[in-house]
Amino acid sequence: MIKNILNLGDAALYCDFGKDVNRETNTQVIRYFKSIQKENIPSINNLSPSYNKLIISFDLKKTNFKDLKKLIENLNITNEDDLKNKKIEVPVCCDENFALDIVRLENKLNLKREKIYENFFSKEFFCYMTGFIAGMPFLGDLSKDMRAKRLETPRVRVPKGSVALTEQFANIYTFESPGGWNVIGNSPLRIFDGSKEESPNLISPGDIVLFKEISKNQYENYNE
Amino acid sequence: MSKNYFQVIRAGINTTFQDEGRKNLYHVGIPFSGAMDKRNYLLSNKLVGNKINLPALEFAYQGPLLKYFGNKINIAITGDVNFRIKKKDITIDGNCYQSLNLEDGDEVDILSTNKSVYGYLAIGGQIDLKYQWSSCSTNTKAIIGANGGKKFENEQVINISKLNDHLVEKKLNYIHTKIENIRIIKGTNFDYFSDKGKKIFLEKEFVVSKLTDRMGMRLEGPKIENIIDTNIKSEGLIKGVIQVPADGNPIVMLSDHGTIGGYPKIGVVISADYDKLVQLSPGSRVKFKQVDLSSAENLFKLYDLETQNLISQIE
Repeated sequence: MIKNILNLGDAALYCDFGKDVNRETNTQVIRYFKSIQKENIPSINNLSPSYNKLIISFDLKKTNFKDLKKLIENLNITNEDDLKNKKIEVPVCCDENFALDIVRLENKLNLKREKIYENFFSKEFFCYMTGFIAGMPFLGDLSKDMRAKRLETPRVRVPKGSVALTEQFANIYTFESPGGWNVIGNSPLRIFDGSKEESPNLISPGDIVLFKEISKNQYENYNE
Repeated sequence: MSKNYFQVIRAGINTTFQDEGRKNLYHVGIPFSGAMDKRNYLLSNKLVGNKINLPALEFAYQGPLLKYFGNKINIAITGDVNFRIKKKDITIDGNCYQSLNLEDGDEVDILSTNKSVYGYLAIGGQIDLKYQWSSCSTNTKAIIGANGGKKFENEQVINISKLNDHLVEKKLNYIHTKIENIRIIKGTNFDYFSDKGKKIFLEKEFVVSKLTDRMGMRLEGPKIENIIDTNIKSEGLIKGVIQVPADGNPIVMLSDHGTIGGYPKIGVVISADYDKLVQLSPGSRVKFKQVDLSSAENLFKLYDLETQNLISQIE
């Protein structure tokens, strides 16, 4: 449930679902997100679900904080059964040319790369949110021994398709972008497709993601 | 190539097609985009007799040099812009906020924006552009929108699919006001900062840095000290949010901002002041002034009324 609704500036509601980042809290956020989305409220411009927050930005010409807050507080929220989550397999090649930060991770985590990959590929990930750049999924949770901080100096260019880790999360760079996450491989799978206006994102909040290791040869001959 | 078109001889620094932007895509990771200075964008369309939300050219600092081929056409330029029209035998200094006629072979040379950043050029008719999610706005980072998601390049062409039926003669007496300060509402992490840090934010001057573009405006000044945590759990952003990362220098989110961020939010620029904010060029000094929510709402009503008045003066 929403614990608290504040204003973020004069044209957004800042809905707080509690301090903790876990699947339970995030599932609540997603439930609200999907329920509000379904209502097609014309004064709402955008919904931004994240780990434990939902930001609702609106058109100040059509409504205001007080009125929209009341509307959201009185909304019927979908129950769990209505959420349709997908399971998606993402192929990853861990060739040395792609695994830009594997040596750094070996040192930081004090684990051999074989163990890092074994942990990574045996895990089922949950998509908490998408964004920062178009389609980028924030996936969790890595086990405690797999958690490393961001690079001290972020890269100016992280290659498109990079699969990277930081703290309890994994993500996939859908575009070449600046970034500071630890890159361990690269996926040939297209995660964001702007030509598909209905569903440009392959992975959406609430979805389950499994990574599958592929060889350099499979990577090069990959065909969706 | 259509019968009526512009040849881009010089692209300019950052020239893109923009309209009102695209809604309901933050959750996908796609920002609103759209014209940075909305009022000037709407006025440019009105001055050439277009529907006010048609796509127009947005340029920053130095604009494009365009050569026109085709039947007589209207254009209008808004903002604080120095430009020239080169006709066969004469070159004239152009005036902003009025409709102008171009004939086959004429050139428009947009030299610079004067003590500001953005200007707009509207074309009387429909530009042949691809809509993506009901908007033409170009977002060069996600490579979406008109022009293949890219900014203008030299030698490209702007095709006009339909000229307006009638040429118009319209003019607006527009007075540029000096920007005194930018009004803000306290952010959701205002209390992450020390009393001294809060005082600096609300009382000291900041300078707009060169690292400023359609995504964000970086400011430099006395450091704003954080006493709780320099990171928050990543969460959504909206335009106008002022984040303060560990180095203590504020960053204001602008129209092409990343949709998620993990730095504390010290404030949010009020909607009424956004058009003014984006026109602050690197080197400009800016001071923030705190207002409460109901004042911000009233100031927006005033801003909106002013815009409507300006539009109706062009009738």
